[in-house]
Amino acid sequence: MLFTEGDPIADTRAPDGPLETRWERRRFTARLVNPANRRRLTVAVVGTGLAGGSAAATLAELGYNVLSFCYQDSPRRAHSIAAQGGINAAKNYAGDGDSVHRLFHDTIKGGDFRSRESNVHRLAEVSTQIIDQCVAQGVPFAREYGGLLDTRSFGGAQVSRTFYARGQTGQQLLLGAYQALARQIHAGRVLMSPRTEMLDLVVSDGRARGVVVRDLVSGEVTTHLADAVVLATGGYGNVFHLSTNAKGCNTTAIWRAHRRGALFANPCYTQIHPTCIPVSGAHQSKLTLMSESLRNDGRVWVPARAGDDRAPGLIPEEERDYYLERLYPSFGNLVPRDIASRAAKAVCDAGRGVGPGGLGVYLDFADAIARLGRATVAARYGNLFEMYQRITAEDPYEVPMRIYPAVHYTMGGLWVDYDLRSTIPGLFVIGEANFSDHGANRLGASALMQGLADGYFVLPAVIGDYLADGPFGPVNSAAVNEAEDAVRSKIAALLSVNGDRTAESFHRELGRLMWDHCGMERSEEGLRKALDRIPSLRDEFWRRVKVSGTGEELNQSLEKAGRVADFLELAELMCLDALHRTESCGGHFRAESQTPDGDARRDDERFSYAAAWEFTGVGEPPVLHREALTFEAVRPSVRSYK
Amino acid sequence: MAVTGGVLLLYVVAHMAGNLKVFAGADSIDGYGRFLREFLAPVLGHSGFLWVVRAVLLLAVVLHMTAAIQLARRARKARPTGYAHRARVPGGYAARTMRWGGVIIALFVVYHVLDLTAGVLNPHGVEGAIHDNVVADFRHWYVVLAYTVAVVALGFHLRHGVWSALRSLGMGSARRAAAVQAAALGVAVLITAGFLSVPYAVLFGFVR
Amino acid sequence: MRYTLRVWRQTGPDARGRLVEYAVDGVTPDMSFLELLDVLNERLLLDGDEPVAFDHDCREGICGMCGLVIDGVAHGPEKATTTCQLHMRHFDPAVPIVVEPWRAAPFPVVRDLVVDRSALDRVIEAGGYISAPAGAAPDAHAVPVPKPAADTAFDAAACIGCGACVAACPNGSAMLFTAAKVTHLGLLPQGQPERHSRAADMLRTQDELGFGGCTQTGACTAVCPKGIPLDTIARLNHDVLAAALRSPR
Repeated sequence: MLFTEGDPIADTRAPDGPLETRWERRRFTARLVNPANRRRLTVAVVGTGLAGGSAAATLAELGYNVLSFCYQDSPRRAHSIAAQGGINAAKNYAGDGDSVHRLFHDTIKGGDFRSRESNVHRLAEVSTQIIDQCVAQGVPFAREYGGLLDTRSFGGAQVSRTFYARGQTGQQLLLGAYQALARQIHAGRVLMSPRTEMLDLVVSDGRARGVVVRDLVSGEVTTHLADAVVLATGGYGNVFHLSTNAKGCNTTAIWRAHRRGALFANPCYTQIHPTCIPVSGAHQSKLTLMSESLRNDGRVWVPARAGDDRAPGLIPEEERDYYLERLYPSFGNLVPRDIASRAAKAVCDAGRGVGPGGLGVYLDFADAIARLGRATVAARYGNLFEMYQRITAEDPYEVPMRIYPAVHYTMGGLWVDYDLRSTIPGLFVIGEANFSDHGANRLGASALMQGLADGYFVLPAVIGDYLADGPFGPVNSAAVNEAEDAVRSKIAALLSVNGDRTAESFHRELGRLMWDHCGMERSEEGLRKALDRIPSLRDEFWRRVKVSGTGEELNQSLEKAGRVADFLELAELMCLDALHRTESCGGHFRAESQTPDGDARRDDERFSYAAAWEFTGVGEPPVLHREALTFEAVRPSVRSYK
Repeated sequence: MAVTGGVLLLYVVAHMAGNLKVFAGADSIDGYGRFLREFLAPVLGHSGFLWVVRAVLLLAVVLHMTAAIQLARRARKARPTGYAHRARVPGGYAARTMRWGGVIIALFVVYHVLDLTAGVLNPHGVEGAIHDNVVADFRHWYVVLAYTVAVVALGFHLRHGVWSALRSLGMGSARRAAAVQAAALGVAVLITAGFLSVPYAVLFGFVR
Repeated sequence: MRYTLRVWRQTGPDARGRLVEYAVDGVTPDMSFLELLDVLNERLLLDGDEPVAFDHDCREGICGMCGLVIDGVAHGPEKATTTCQLHMRHFDPAVPIVVEPWRAAPFPVVRDLVVDRSALDRVIEAGGYISAPAGAAPDAHAVPVPKPAADTAFDAAACIGCGACVAACPNGSAMLFTAAKVTHLGLLPQGQPERHSRAADMLRTQDELGFGGCTQTGACTAVCPKGIPLDTIARLNHDVLAAALRSPR
């Protein structure tokens, strides 16, 4: 028995009634904390990306005492900074028929009908305020000659609603949030602790009351108490070892909260991005994304014959297979991310992949250059071509690019209700760390939107309703001691193994296993194989891992080992979730559940729910709580891109 | 730095213009010297104007050097440890030689004052006989060489100094950057050429 | 291929450091410089030695966390490239590579190649923002921004805060960093109310933190991975001067 069934779970905080006014009504019914009392309340915010940075700044502006933590040396470096494309908002500045309802509709459909209508509608409503807020902060969005904001269109939408700042939208939005945070740090409203990693949650009398952290420079383990805790620690894509995430991205904060009782929802929903630079060798440490916009003009192909290792220029036109154009004649090279990724995997599995190891497909601009001229292509994609050339030393103007899919984003995360509360009272989860808004697949340019919506607008509006229940009384010192002891003994355990394998090598092996069996395509056989292997790999880790130095200093091998230990537990839950969901939906593709043409087959009868998992112990069967999804405004339909 | 540098630059320009009177003959330049000594004499007394100018210059030089020393000290404090592997420092030659160039110019000024103002080091050394003193000097190749080194150092100093000063005063944002660059180069070249014209004219016998 | 590295090792802020030589085998031209250090560290770890501590995170040239002085040049020999985006194909295996941390008094060495750059955060905190509390913003189209202003503001806003400018500056000045933010915000209409006080406050804080004074050597912009132009410094000076002239503080 892999898991047990628990009671269903429900979101009890979204108001009933018309979808369009739910958020407005919820904001009205949410109790407020008066400004004099806010000064006496402390909120700990972990993570300083778009969600955490904007939340910490805004809560401080409201008058709360804020404790902010990040593992990087500065809050400005959180991985939101690497987002390239843009941020969606239902402004309808282009006058092309966009609206809050259309953004809501596109997001629900893009998520393959596995997200909550009330959450997604709120996201679409708030999206317009985000743009106003960011412009007021000085985010240098792209503009037209008239001085108004420029927009472009993105995958999964037929309107132009994506605001952008060249290819560095995430950077500019994050710097806006960081600067707002800096202002509050200067004002003394935020106590910032960089180079600090959260290692446990303090739960006292059933409420989240603080965090246990390790100072990454001195190694000191301390507890920071608060009246509420907010986790904004991002996604867990690094469980695959190779992903487009930053090297430091990890699951530790949310995983340790999960171990303390927070349910983990839909862990198997991962997004694979089709256009990344392929792996170049065994030393590879991370993967680099190339913007999806390249598929507007580039043509994807592989040799028609397996094992054809001629240089691309020597393969005549009739011996090439432009497989996306062949399989999806109406959308061609512009099919959504999940479909493009799976198709690339299929041709590579058939031995027709190109480049080292045969894990790559060509993205060819020769036709575009012939049609538009080199100058136009350079104007559109020059910076991306440069980046590609810097990494691969190949000139994409002369030789087709090689691309391959890579893990990019995780839709799953800690379960939260409409008020972003996890199942532990007082623990809020925002941004990529929660599971709430993207269902089984996230649309391009929606991650930035969700992070900032949660941080600037949603959390600040609803956190008072929880804090109004207080004061919560003194924190149980036994709870603090127990949490600190748990952290210290885990560190001691990692240091004491003194084995013969590095944490990095375990991470690499785990990542490979997950990529092979819980990646783009999952099958019962593969998942069972992974579920069989992961516990033994975990055992081996605890017997053989090698960590140098001590706990009382800057020790990067210790940090790494702690994170890999948590990935080794999370990976099992991901595979289990993927195994139990025998349908295909969004980023989760089960080989057993496809149409005769190889497209995903959803099963709304049996799987129209969010799977929220309860931790019962390492290697113990978790408990499944189902949250049924109901659709009133949108009727689930089949996605087709033929 | 920029303001005192500006004052000194104005002086240098005037000085150079005055020097060119050498080409108009002994009477012209000696007369010019007399004019400077007698200028505003009724108010300031004999040579009074010159002493006012000298006082202002001295103050400017002291402040200029103080600022330079402060900057250098701050730099040493901000960069107490150097790199084991020293790469060629990027940035222009002029920018890199501001400090040593400044020292060379200062040493030269001392010599120059003793030479042509006080006349102590001058082979001719007659007060008021500017033309003869100058000609006596620059018949010797080593004097010309010393002046050349100093004036070229001054040229480099001005090349970066004028550019940097204009930017310190907030000019030279993208639109005007090219103009500022050209102005700095123009001033440097003009001053260098103007000053060097006299010694070389004497050395090669155009002025006797 | 086999490369020889001479790496700065220092156990703590007050410890004496030194260069230690290592040979690294199995290096391929496609490896990034940080991957070379990864390979070295894996070996050191298994040999029972302390791995080399170095900062890094996104490894795609945008977070600003990485930064090594390679053969005397901040971020190494390639122009407009962060250390993480630098590849081994640019190095000659026959020549030892010297790797040192950023050197500046306001950036004390934490360990090996890791330095503490929080002084840069202090500079931003002193005024590198527009005061716009969430919820108070007018419609985004209420104030048009001329495209050239928005574009130039973006060029300056591209700064990743890596500190290479400080590391390269013979004066140890953070002027390019400060000027980039002053330029970004000072060019936008939203940034006008605080424009002059921002420049003055940030510059004062920068000086108080122990950064050196700017003598416009241009060493900063030469190593800047984002090519922040030197013109930004002229803009900063302009705003600081205007602040001094307008309101005697």
